[in-house]
Amino acid sequence: MWMDDFRGIYYIVLKDMKTYYLKPPAISWGIVFPVAWILAFYLRNPRSFEDLVPGLIAMTILFSTTAAEAVVINFELRLGSLERLLLSPISLSAVLLGKVLGGAIFGLIMSTIITIGSVVVLGLYPNLFYLILIIIPSLLAFSSLGALLCVLVREVFEAQTLLNLPRFLMIFLCGVIRPVSSMPAALEYIAYGMPLTYTINGLWQSFSASPGTMILIDAMALMGFFILFIFPATKLLYRKFE
Amino acid sequence: MEVVLKEIVIHVSHLTKFYGRLLALDHIDFDVKEGEIFGFLGPNGAGKTTTIRLLTGLSKPTDGNASILGFDINTEITEVKKRVGVVPEFSNLYDELSALDNLLFVAQLYGVPRLARRKKAEDLLKTFGLFERKDSPFRMFSHGMKRALTIAAALIHDPKIVFLDEPTVGLDVVAARSLRNLIGNLRQQGVTLFITTHYLEEADILCDRIAILVKGRIVKIDTPKALKAATEEESVIEFSFAELSSTLIHDISDKLPEAKLVVMDYNKVRIHGGMPGKIYDNVCQLIREKGIEIQSVNSIRPTLEDAFIKITGLSPTVMSIEKGGK
Ligand SMILES: Nc1ncnc2c1ncn2[C@@H]1O[C@H](COP(=O)(O)OP(=O)(O)O)[C@@H](O)[C@H]1O
Ligand SMILES: [Mg+2]
Repeated sequence: MWMDDFRGIYYIVLKDMKTYYLKPPAISWGIVFPVAWILAFYLRNPRSFEDLVPGLIAMTILFSTTAAEAVVINFELRLGSLERLLLSPISLSAVLLGKVLGGAIFGLIMSTIITIGSVVVLGLYPNLFYLILIIIPSLLAFSSLGALLCVLVREVFEAQTLLNLPRFLMIFLCGVIRPVSSMPAALEYIAYGMPLTYTINGLWQSFSASPGTMILIDAMALMGFFILFIFPATKLLYRKFE
Repeated sequence: MEVVLKEIVIHVSHLTKFYGRLLALDHIDFDVKEGEIFGFLGPNGAGKTTTIRLLTGLSKPTDGNASILGFDINTEITEVKKRVGVVPEFSNLYDELSALDNLLFVAQLYGVPRLARRKKAEDLLKTFGLFERKDSPFRMFSHGMKRALTIAAALIHDPKIVFLDEPTVGLDVVAARSLRNLIGNLRQQGVTLFITTHYLEEADILCDRIAILVKGRIVKIDTPKALKAATEEESVIEFSFAELSSTLIHDISDKLPEAKLVVMDYNKVRIHGGMPGKIYDNVCQLIREKGIEIQSVNSIRPTLEDAFIKITGLSPTVMSIEKGGK
């Protein structure tokens, strides 16, 4: 049974990668958008570009993991191809996990490219272990958040619209362009209720000269978000097949 | 007479499904034997698809149970899924993948060993006449080719039982016939088939036994031959009138209390049972009084359609109503 589920997850990820992710729409949404956003911000308000790197990586993680989820989930539900996956001996949780991992792995590829690019161009020396410690749980948290929002609605366009809500809320509130600590207290509390804040905190520490152990808390908070999102998402999907 | 004891491969008891307050399946019971082609015949909304969804794990029964190849659908559905193939009502393979890639992906999901995958997929493409088009994307296929590939996909892991949900719906006559031949050929491979249809003729041609399903209930299970035989003793006469009014229908019924009237069409009536001579005289007399013309009179050889009418009391036009009231 476990073997069936593992095999199912593996082939679902592979197929989604081939048919949806490694295609121009997902790549441009996942990488071009964050780069353009950060560049636009930099041009309006020039300062040390290094300070924008954690925000850039965080945005890439957020946008690329969720780039094609509306398609892999809602579109497939609509066409019945997700139902076809369930005809095979694979559990529904494994199917959803396959979808979530597909997004996470695509996000990993995109954010790796962006991170290596920034490190090489700007000559930075981040702590690689810290980067991994923060990027992996971030990918899982955002991908499962995307999945949860997708199973809440029926149509692809509804899911796309719904996904934009946390995306833009988090860009403005979680310290992408402005440190959370410089915001009014009320907004600061809201910021700590959102996963991107922890991603950015963690990334800052990975890039700082003397990183502390606070990063463990950020990584754990992100894993917490992953669990918080994936369970209700699975449950909601189950409800569609009662 | 030769007696062959066949094993029961699908055993259904009291299977029931509510959607909210709607009772879609009402305590149905039936058995399907190994190697049989078992038909589920009923109008749209009867609960055919619901039955397949319950038996293949896409939906959970509200009450009742079923076992497939000895595995309980409530507790051992993964074991069931490994051994059955499903052809859903709508062909739902991937539009952007080629015919071959679609089959290979399905084979991967079912854990068909790597070495066997490609050969099996190519063999199936040949069987279904799609080998020349193996590299075309699914979306480029005609409706008939899509149905054929969907059936091929259901066979990739050598299932013991295949469920087909209205396999020929929406196909033109030629495509439907060729698909029926392909389905009929599966019997030689020892596969048990469970087919739903709302085409009486299809059930008659393909099936060894037919369960007639109306509003979530099985009203009769028998061989097509026995179902037809049940109507053979009685006569069926069909009248076509220039115009048919409800008063005329009433008047005929009043005159012939022992016979049963079924309105077939806007101007056709079939009269089941009774003495043919008497029916003919009575109707003709009534018509003369009313000054209505008879366009034709036919004595009808019993078909499965008549059996269906007799058993269900429904007019066969309910069967020709396609989804969405077309
Ligand atoms: N998911 C669902 N939710 C609510 N009602 C449903 C659902 N699926 C089917 N039904 C209802 O259950 C009844 C049986 O449907 P179905 O099994 O699709 O019939 P058939 O396949 O014989 O046409 C219909 O009245 C249909 O409207
Ligand atoms: Mg149906």
